[in-house]
Amino acid sequence: MGAQLRVYKRRIKSVTATKKITKAMEMIAASRVVKAQRKVQASTPYATELTRAVTAVATGANDKHPLTTEAENPVRAAVLLLSSDRGLAGAFNSNAIKAAEKLTAKLEGEGREVTVYVVGRRGIAHYNFRERKLAGTWTGFTDQPSYGDAKTIAAPLIEAIEKDTAEGGVDELHIVYTEFVSMMTQTAVEARLLPLSLDEVAKEAGDKDTLRPLYDFEPSAEDVLDALLPRYVESRIYNALLQSAASKHAATRRAMKSATDNAGDLINNLSRLANAARQAEITQEISEIVGGTAALADATAGSDK
Amino acid sequence: MAAELHVELVAADRSVWSGEATLVIARTTSGDIGVMPGHQPLLGVLESGPVTIRTSEGATVVAAVHGGFISFADDKLSLLAEICELADEIDAQRAERALERAKSDSDAAAERRADVRLRAVAVR
Repeated sequence: MGAQLRVYKRRIKSVTATKKITKAMEMIAASRVVKAQRKVQASTPYATELTRAVTAVATGANDKHPLTTEAENPVRAAVLLLSSDRGLAGAFNSNAIKAAEKLTAKLEGEGREVTVYVVGRRGIAHYNFRERKLAGTWTGFTDQPSYGDAKTIAAPLIEAIEKDTAEGGVDELHIVYTEFVSMMTQTAVEARLLPLSLDEVAKEAGDKDTLRPLYDFEPSAEDVLDALLPRYVESRIYNALLQSAASKHAATRRAMKSATDNAGDLINNLSRLANAARQAEITQEISEIVGGTAALADATAGSDK
Repeated sequence: MAAELHVELVAADRSVWSGEATLVIARTTSGDIGVMPGHQPLLGVLESGPVTIRTSEGATVVAAVHGGFISFADDKLSLLAEICELADEIDAQRAERALERAKSDSDAAAERRADVRLRAVAVR
């Protein structure tokens, strides 16, 4: 076998092995997307009920809660970025990080001090590489987040927002995550989580019946709101985590699918080149044999004379 | 037939139970409360503890609820809890072991969780 042919054969073998791996990753990601989507759906009843309850209290109580009142001149804002622990997901993480950076720049432009909280190793690596301070980081659950994870994230954030601005508390909380639109589309979105705008919550609840019942609060409207709002924030963060996980798996699936396709193309090209090299080799061998016999025939014909 | 109320028992990550009932008893921060059809609209904060639902078929469903809310309007009652299990799903022996472990580790939260589970099983 010629040297050229051997090189092609070796490359085909290695690309085939890569293709097998990417194909497997694609299929794993595809099954995880379905699972993650199911989790999003399973969490919906709780979120809807909670939203309805928040709307009910909001209309019943005269709201003066730290989580719903807007600061007159906000000086500090927190940004929570949801990235993933693992890469190989196309532009998933870079899109989310870019959206967070854009939001940070915008908030800083408005004269606010921005503290950043990050979920997921990829996002943390981005900030650490640039030696920028992070107020809080969480890792290890981005593939399959649980409600407990959302709680651990929410706790310090709520604490920070309840603290007075003068003592280092924040006035606003923004969240940047990747929304799962469909299998093909996932978009990085930013949303202001706190202070909560109760009008928007009401809109989200799909206010059909404008005349809501007059609730009896147990123990009191303020206490209910006190207990309800942190839960609402947690549930929003939980939903964002789940969407982000589903998006990540969808992005991985897509990235791995194109990797598999590319590997297939590469194998096709390489086998064509290998075939051409093999044929060239054969042609050369034939012409060598033909040339050899012709020379031999000439030599014997000459000696006869 | 007596009037019924529709109950939705939902945990943060799943819907636990839903169906028609004639009476729901839950413990709010200001005491036990029983809700029957036609009750006035209510929104309350739940204590950790067992919730008893008497279904319209006469059966009794007991669930352990770890914090959460009760909301009732228009004969629709929803019980929201971060963690919520039906008594049938609870492994009593495991809960007992967890309770003892929590006591020896003096882990108050775990102790409370195990205690709530055991109380729910006891009610059943």
